[in-house]
Amino acid sequence: MATTTTKTETFVGKRIRRREDPRLITGTATYVEDIQMPGMHYAVILRSPHAAARIRSIDTKKAVSAPGVVCVFTGKDTKGVGAVPCGVAMPDLRVPQHTILATERVYFVGHPVAVVVARDRYLARDAADLIEVDYEVLPAVADPEKALAKGAPAVHPQWPDNVAFTYHQDGGNIDKAFAEADVVVKQRIVSQRLVPMAMETRGVVAEWRGADRQLNLYTSTQIPHLVRTIVAAMLGLEENRMRVIAPEVGGGFGSKLNVYAEEALMGYVSMKIQKPVKWIESRRENFTCTIHGRGHVDYYEVAAKRDGTILGIKLKLIQDVGAYHQLLTPLIPQLSVLMMPGLYNTQNIRGDIIGVFTNCVPTDAYRGAGRPEATHGIERMVDILAAELKMDPAEIRLKNFVTKDKFPYPTATGLMYDSGDYATPLKKALDLVGYVKLRQEQADLRKQGKYMGIGISTYGEICAIGPSPATPAGGWESATVKIEPSGKVTILTGACPHGQGEETTFAQIAADELGVGLDDILVIRGDTAVVQYGIGTFGSRATAVGGTALYYALQDLKAKIKKFGEMLLESDDVSLMIGQVIDNKSGKAKTFQEIAGAAYRALKLPPNTEPGLLATRFWEPPNFTFPFGAHIVVTDIDDETGQIKIRRYVAVDDCGNILNPLIVDGQVHGGVAQGLGQALWEQAVYDDNGQLVTGELTDYAVPRAQMMPWIESHHTCTPSPINPLGVKGVGEAGTIGCSPAVVNSVVDALSPLGVRHLDMPLTPEKIWKVVAKKN
Amino acid sequence: MKINLSINGKSYSQDVEPRLLLIHFLREVAGLTGTHMGCETSLCGACTVELNGKAIKSCTMFAVQANGAEIVTVEGLANNGKLDPVQEAFWNEHGLQCGFCTPGMIMASKQILDRNPSPTEEEVRHGLEGNVCRCTGYQHIVNAVKAAAAGAGK
Repeated sequence: MATTTTKTETFVGKRIRRREDPRLITGTATYVEDIQMPGMHYAVILRSPHAAARIRSIDTKKAVSAPGVVCVFTGKDTKGVGAVPCGVAMPDLRVPQHTILATERVYFVGHPVAVVVARDRYLARDAADLIEVDYEVLPAVADPEKALAKGAPAVHPQWPDNVAFTYHQDGGNIDKAFAEADVVVKQRIVSQRLVPMAMETRGVVAEWRGADRQLNLYTSTQIPHLVRTIVAAMLGLEENRMRVIAPEVGGGFGSKLNVYAEEALMGYVSMKIQKPVKWIESRRENFTCTIHGRGHVDYYEVAAKRDGTILGIKLKLIQDVGAYHQLLTPLIPQLSVLMMPGLYNTQNIRGDIIGVFTNCVPTDAYRGAGRPEATHGIERMVDILAAELKMDPAEIRLKNFVTKDKFPYPTATGLMYDSGDYATPLKKALDLVGYVKLRQEQADLRKQGKYMGIGISTYGEICAIGPSPATPAGGWESATVKIEPSGKVTILTGACPHGQGEETTFAQIAADELGVGLDDILVIRGDTAVVQYGIGTFGSRATAVGGTALYYALQDLKAKIKKFGEMLLESDDVSLMIGQVIDNKSGKAKTFQEIAGAAYRALKLPPNTEPGLLATRFWEPPNFTFPFGAHIVVTDIDDETGQIKIRRYVAVDDCGNILNPLIVDGQVHGGVAQGLGQALWEQAVYDDNGQLVTGELTDYAVPRAQMMPWIESHHTCTPSPINPLGVKGVGEAGTIGCSPAVVNSVVDALSPLGVRHLDMPLTPEKIWKVVAKKN
Repeated sequence: MKINLSINGKSYSQDVEPRLLLIHFLREVAGLTGTHMGCETSLCGACTVELNGKAIKSCTMFAVQANGAEIVTVEGLANNGKLDPVQEAFWNEHGLQCGFCTPGMIMASKQILDRNPSPTEEEVRHGLEGNVCRCTGYQHIVNAVKAAAAGAGK
């Protein structure tokens, strides 16, 4: 019989290598593309080469009769399938009908027009080239500010002003704040469109089992249960007849926190051909057809007193929506408005959003989702204000921070910050980087005509998303813990980790609570037929919300274990420790195996107790969590080439309690890489015709190993009072903290030239032009 | 066309279409799905395998071009269940998150160490130039390659 290890060793807080890794380092993990089934067919999607066009006709005859082809479907065939939904409800939200294949018009380059199904992927690709589509090309608009201008082409003819939605929020008395100000600084700040670029593109395998009336959908997603609910509705299928499996998922960063046309389309195809069908997104499709992130033009105004006290913040935010709303599109800029005040103690804000349709792929959640944009905005503005007042950027921050005696702190935007100590990470970062000495060095270098900059960003986040009333689809998370008859522990989590390591951290939590070894625990996720309904992994929520659901399920289970222990030990005074129940009086003990055996054999039961050892909890968080931190970046700029060299990158992040420092460091590093990508290199560029110019890795510069600086990752620890684990979340911290620190550093370096602001990405060309012009 | 090649020490003799990509031969003919297609343009390196001792991108090579070659994929590294030191180092140093780039990263890292058993951080980063990871920020991957180098030198 299997034995459950009993250990006095604890696991939470230790640098434990991940339990998911063996399959990943040996090439034996199963991603969607690795799934093979008997009779499986392959789908290739024909997409629009135009950003705006009317479809006059589609001729599929040649494609249908091509070798290996089973069928071709167009928008006429799929008219009965429900539209791709927007999950956000807002007053006056304009929601265009988002059919899974184009019908009369196409609205962006990459818009799906037809699907070819063949017995082989090469033959499907060949046949797609034989489809003849007669397009009447129409004028397009790809820039949100141009789309708002009078006379701009209408993306959707029924809404000639291209306005998708507006949103307004006032807090405090903004007019009074600006009237009383000694100084007002204003700046237009762009947070450019980015491509999430998960290493695994999207992919779907759909398997219709007609006799069972059952659709199995394997899809690379962060939210399998939500995909099931929505796609079943789109297909008119009962939800319990659909099973969604997120197998190994090769990165998401928000881009797979969505429901896409292709998921329903593959379900439709499989139901039509009565065979399994596979579609794997090409990298080109991933660039043109998977959601983009950011896409802001922000107009900021900050009012302050001469001593640096911030009185109020105004923001007019122009959000590039793209051609449609995807699942959360209109929600993302609202997160920016909620986060407008950053870490600063100002009670007067005004935020206005205009969401604008463009002939581009929709924007939606990408790592940080609205929060990097907000942090970039406020952290740039604070530096601009400091420069205006000739104050030190560290000093102006320390002056305006919400102080640690003010928590829980209500913000002007209606949030309640849970806990915080904002000065500590900044002071720690200043010490680590040697701030005073660096400023002296900078003064010396300036005398020699050299450009060195020190950039500070102090960021806050809205994480552990979130209380259900504040979310479109429920913000709780679920967990089931089972102790099997052999004493082994199985955890089913409604979260859907895809690289974040919860197979390890959740095992750490359970191992400590139950007093068993990590090897006794298995964590299962990502299968709607196995796991109770869950929400998924995004918004730095899996551990703070899903881990808490797990924690409470473990408490329920421990109570039940104790009851069985009391019965078996004939004692009313027992303790649960190191994988057994001990009679506190006699010292006699029953192991988990003995208790599990008794619970499942059920010859005798404790009073009012059912057989079995299983507990499920759905945990509703009472609030978000609010991690914070300080990043400092030291740059040296080569005035001959415009190259920016990062000399130091110091990150001090406070994500509350840390369950596994190895994993937390990994999250910070990866987050910083994506923030640095935005700050220095990445940009989704559409030309005036709506063609994505940066549509491949040749043109879109994701960070590579030799482009990354060494990241000095440190922490402070302010536990969250919102959950019993005291955790806040760390998945997005690096990204949110990074970009303003980098840009502030470069602007600081170039400030002797009169530079006050630069928009991202800070390419060498951009910097060189600045330096060359001034020289 | 008929081709003969060896993958992880096993011989394959197969009729293939001339246009079949090597990666599709590995994944779908040989059933070795550890090698991943990340970009189809040899820019991301997820498809990196060893061919006649050199790291190559299997997404931009035809299977017929590999006729007569000896190929090693990530599945061929562990020996009787014992991990290769580079695999072990990636695990110990948390050199992976989603894992999609990892097989290619491990093959590229092996190549770096084959050419230079004790590389500097800069040499490691330069050697990984052809492989994209979107999760880790590369720092733990650099640590892993350096740890593997240190371990092998013991």
